Amino acid sequence: MWADALTKFGNAAGAVVVFVAVLLLIFFAAGRASGRVSKPLAVTIFLGPALLLLAVGLVVPAIRTITLSFYNDDSTKFLGGNNYTWAFTSSGEQQILLNTLLWIIVAPVVTTVLGLVLALLVDRLRHQGLYKAFIFMPMAISFVGASIIWKFVYNYRDPSQPQIGLLSQICLWLGWHNPPNWILSHPLNNFLLMVIMVWVQTGFAMVVLSAAIKAIPDEITEAAVLDGARGWRLFQYVTIPMIRNTLVVVLTTVMITTLKLFDIIRTMTGGNFGTQVLANEMYSQSFTEFNTGRGSALAVILFVAVLPLVGYNIVQLRRERATR
Amino acid sequence: MSEETVEVAPGAEAPVVPAGGQAGAKAVRRAFSSPIASFLVIALTVVWTIPTLGLLATSLRPEKDVAQTGWWTFFAHPGITLANYHDVLFNGGFGVSNGLMPYLVNSLAITVPATIFPLALASMAAYALAWVRFKGSDIIFFVIFALQVVPLQMALVPLLQLYSGGAHIGSVTIFPSLGLGGTYAPVWISHTMFALPLAVFLLHNFIAQLPNDLIEAARVDGASHFRVFRSIVLPLATPALASFAIFQFLWVWNDLLVALTFAGGTPEVAPLTVRLAQLSGSFGDHWEILTAGAFISIIIPLAVFFSLQRYFVRGLLAGSVKG
Repeated sequence: MWADALTKFGNAAGAVVVFVAVLLLIFFAAGRASGRVSKPLAVTIFLGPALLLLAVGLVVPAIRTITLSFYNDDSTKFLGGNNYTWAFTSSGEQQILLNTLLWIIVAPVVTTVLGLVLALLVDRLRHQGLYKAFIFMPMAISFVGASIIWKFVYNYRDPSQPQIGLLSQICLWLGWHNPPNWILSHPLNNFLLMVIMVWVQTGFAMVVLSAAIKAIPDEITEAAVLDGARGWRLFQYVTIPMIRNTLVVVLTTVMITTLKLFDIIRTMTGGNFGTQVLANEMYSQSFTEFNTGRGSALAVILFVAVLPLVGYNIVQLRRERATR
Repeated sequence: MSEETVEVAPGAEAPVVPAGGQAGAKAVRRAFSSPIASFLVIALTVVWTIPTLGLLATSLRPEKDVAQTGWWTFFAHPGITLANYHDVLFNGGFGVSNGLMPYLVNSLAITVPATIFPLALASMAAYALAWVRFKGSDIIFFVIFALQVVPLQMALVPLLQLYSGGAHIGSVTIFPSLGLGGTYAPVWISHTMFALPLAVFLLHNFIAQLPNDLIEAARVDGASHFRVFRSIVLPLATPALASFAIFQFLWVWNDLLVALTFAGGTPEVAPLTVRLAQLSGSFGDHWEILTAGAFISIIIPLAVFFSLQRYFVRGLLAGSVKG
């Protein structure tokens, strides 16, 4: 086993060494060139690899996916918009789109509200760094790891037996003698899975919103306080309007993550029990059912859904950089 | 170089706090000051931490205890063992021959090159776009910037077809099948491709702000672009490179989708996340093993998080729209 590990690390290290050596060699050789060729040569060497990889890895595949979405399962017969009709009208797919819609509304809103509440409250406490670190910590964990953590919380056993799932045990302690088999109960299971997303993302929302609140200029808050604004009114008429853009950015960012959500569903339920969502269905259609046409159509739908959100987000971020 | 330029995150008013805002922020917060507020924060922190604590406690309990009692009884009747970790790493314990060890090795062997490759290529591209003035550089930068909107789901199927079958137009092969199946190469290359738009964008923002005098002076003294890049730009861009490296390392380490698509599920190439997702589906009742396995997979990100929190938060905020 150790020999196997050594070979693998050797391969990885070898790849890195060869990569760096080739780069240095090219740099050395091309650095000697002078005169009129030196600039085009530099541009080609610096920019060429990235552009080539982007073309081969993103641009061409994206165009090809759009093409494939109009063909049948093995890409031999043109179907027109049939795959899209299927995606929007078959009852199974409608359920999936409905689930996805539910996800992108509930999870981002809950995350942002919790993040805002924490951002407002946490900075006044002693040891605030500690609280922030623990709430931010799930951001470091993979969705797969987070799913296993929560799958254990949702573990179900017959109520007559000793429980090992925390949620069931809490229900029993609180006097509910018949808690359901959480993961199998539709539609409750969708919300239980959303808890995982909220758990992971709230730290992100808290940190970003906390920074935005700290950045509100003193004069504005002081003027409002002199005018008699206190408590809730100060929050409603000063804080919220001042951080509106950041709130929208946090909301859309979590929405984007939610739309592309794949790992949680894959690990928790595999898309069964009425919990399937768009990104996981796209994977299942493409690589389990081997229906390239339908899988591609779902990928395009995902792309079109994400497009305005990402577009808004990166334009917003760029503008904020510019004004800073 | 000021603190402000160290900041690479375009994250919304990211965590570097402008000095002026403190008093005003205090006024807002005073308005929310009450024992109830403190209680709420502490309660939420506890709720946020308990699930992970349960995972850790379970992974340290003997198999028999895990199956019979809840992990919360562990603190009343402690019985610590590392046997689960030994089992999950080396024996498997599922009736599967090997444990997680090969997958742990794969995770490392995938993640390190998949971090270094895009870092090098993106910093080169960012330098060319920022400092080698040529016609069309603005358009190229905008196109790379705009590619951030393409979700990687759009590329999976064609890319997999390319790796396994090559590319053909009619009967003409324009790109041969490379026979890379069963190696790390497809995973490394795919992660590199998907990382580039964000990496070029972030590093360009930083590299373009380096002092003009420094680079011009070196150029006038006759240093080639390659020399300027290696001796001036890379050392000065270290904070940005570090932030992106940490972000990319964790992104690849935690990734499931790319690995599942391009590595498959074999012990030769699949990383930990892929194996854990499989185990969670098929061996859901061996909690002592599953929790130990999950803890092994999250211990590295947690270590990075607690030791490099500053870079970590920045990197994550910067990359929050990736994918």
